[in-house]
Amino acid sequence: MSGLSLHKKIEEHTGLLIFGILFVTALGGLVQLLPILNQDSLSTATANSHLYTAVELTGRDIYMREGCSVCHSQQIRPLIAEVERYGPYSRADEFVYDRPFMWGSKRTGPDLHRIGGKYSDDWHRIHLLDPRAVIPASIMPAYPWLEKRDASQTGNVTAKLRALRTLGHPYTDEDIEAAEADLDGLKEIDALIAYLQILGTSYSEETAL
Amino acid sequence: MEAVSENTYHDRIVIRLIQFSVLWAVAGMLAGVYISAELIWPGLDFGQFWLSFGRLRPLHTNGIIFGFGVSALMATAFYSVQRTSHVPLFAPKLAWFICYGWQIIVLLGGLSLLAGWNTTKEYAELEWPFDIAIAVLWVSFGIVFFGTIATRKIKPIYISNWFYGALIIVIAMLHIVNNLAIPVTIDKSYSIYAGAQDAVVQWWYGHNAVGFLLTGGFLGMVYYFLPKHAERPIWSYRLSVVAFWAFAYTYIWAGPHHLHYNSVPEWVQSLAMVMSVVLLAPSWATMINGIMTVSSAWEKLRTDPALKFIVLSLAFYGLATFEGPMMSIRSVNVVSHFTDWTIGHVHSGALGWNAMITYGTFYFMVPRLVGRELHSVRLANIHFALALAGTLLYIVAMWAAGVSQGLLWLSVDQLGELSFGFRDIMASMTPYYLLRLVAGLIFLTGTFLMTYNLFMTLKGQHATKVTVPAVNPAYGV
Repeated sequence: MSGLSLHKKIEEHTGLLIFGILFVTALGGLVQLLPILNQDSLSTATANSHLYTAVELTGRDIYMREGCSVCHSQQIRPLIAEVERYGPYSRADEFVYDRPFMWGSKRTGPDLHRIGGKYSDDWHRIHLLDPRAVIPASIMPAYPWLEKRDASQTGNVTAKLRALRTLGHPYTDEDIEAAEADLDGLKEIDALIAYLQILGTSYSEETAL
Repeated sequence: MEAVSENTYHDRIVIRLIQFSVLWAVAGMLAGVYISAELIWPGLDFGQFWLSFGRLRPLHTNGIIFGFGVSALMATAFYSVQRTSHVPLFAPKLAWFICYGWQIIVLLGGLSLLAGWNTTKEYAELEWPFDIAIAVLWVSFGIVFFGTIATRKIKPIYISNWFYGALIIVIAMLHIVNNLAIPVTIDKSYSIYAGAQDAVVQWWYGHNAVGFLLTGGFLGMVYYFLPKHAERPIWSYRLSVVAFWAFAYTYIWAGPHHLHYNSVPEWVQSLAMVMSVVLLAPSWATMINGIMTVSSAWEKLRTDPALKFIVLSLAFYGLATFEGPMMSIRSVNVVSHFTDWTIGHVHSGALGWNAMITYGTFYFMVPRLVGRELHSVRLANIHFALALAGTLLYIVAMWAAGVSQGLLWLSVDQLGELSFGFRDIMASMTPYYLLRLVAGLIFLTGTFLMTYNLFMTLKGQHATKVTVPAVNPAYGV
């Protein structure tokens, strides 16, 4: 059968058309996704990986809720200027507990992957409540509600840890039982700061590949 | 319900979908203009969580893509699939369910984004209850669309239907795979993918949502409305067929160009870069095919605003599909990544291509659907000028902003020390952001004019009953 007459068949047959589209579009996806999803080094924890505590995880969920990732990346590229500005470039094993990934696609503000430990907790508190008090030219929104809401209101932290455990995060029974108590007395801003302060800090040059 | 016999097209649903689409266009663009102002005057959120940039920005993108864009795609798909198949819609009640069900998803989904339900995966921000609802609606869309094709009276399946068909099939595949997650509570789930693997899955989705929804779906519009309106057959039907398969095959590989120099294996970046450059060929084949189709009907452009919109949209399509492959080259991407250049590129597509062709099809369809002239051709011509001016200003402002950001961030002196601090570079963006705000306002004003114009055209009118024409036996099933 020549190409033209084969195509005439597809052109006149709904089922063949559907199959043809599925076939040609599935190819590229399979070739790229299957090896990546089966590459253990992209999903195996190392000394560079950090399992979020209940408080940090809550802070991360606040980071997601407020859409911080639309203006802040968490991905330092292996370029002189980026390493100078932000620190050692990002490694895949640092993100194995990130569901979803938080690399972002836009830097209206600076990259935050290694923000942990660079500023004090108090600086972060002032900055989140009134960014222009510490950086006059800042265009970041203020987040006054974060100091009013209790961190325990952010969601069901016990259920979160359980869900993550089913996905392979090594939380112990004790971690899960203690999770709610860990949030006791904390405001949302405390949890968010705990998350920001841990970002990028578990990486060490010695253990890097 | 409308009295539709076997011999008349279901057009009332097309009118309703156009009305919803215009509504979301206005709402989505208003949100866009508002957040562009927040980037100049951050106090504009008034300390309200629901006016905060991080929540309004996904509302803007989702409102435009899924409200404005998808409603327009459904309207034009339903309009053209009936006419190219010579049958009324298959399962019209299901079609009405899709029409209203989709609007409810967009409305409640938008509110959920303001409430902070946000998976943060770009263009897939809606949480799992919405993902399930979208999957159900999308499968229903497929049943109506392919059901209509399967019951057609014309033997060949016309090329526009292939693009709409690819839209339906591929978006279903991407949506389901990318959104797989473990639900925690109604407003929260965790992706089954983590880290670098999640990034590759997300951009396989993200790039191809652009590819098969914002490109493929809207190419379906081109292949039906352009020849119809120019009253010329497609310049080369064979080229359109070749371009279709090349487009569908090639596009799906391009996603990881969003991850250049990121923590993913280099082979997947390089593969995506090569395929992105290859993609220029089928993209321009379609553009050339479209331009050549009107090439013997240029005189219509002088008098007909609908055709002007469609032809101009092809020019922007050509621009955006040239710029895209260039930005996917690693040495260009090193400058453009993370900057406002990306925002400019998206808008040369979203404003110049998607919105313009949609406006063109609306100006074409609405008068025909109710059997009267457009309320004001003059207003439509003014809209055209505003849309063109707004788009150009927007793109130029974001080019200037993005290229300077990218180069200033990368700049180091002879000792390898950074030349500029991040804060200074950020602060230097204000003039460009002001220009962008003006551009957005100009474009939005045009959209308001169209809303009024279409409202006046539709006011007090009913859908005319269009009888299915007899089929030429040479092409009959």
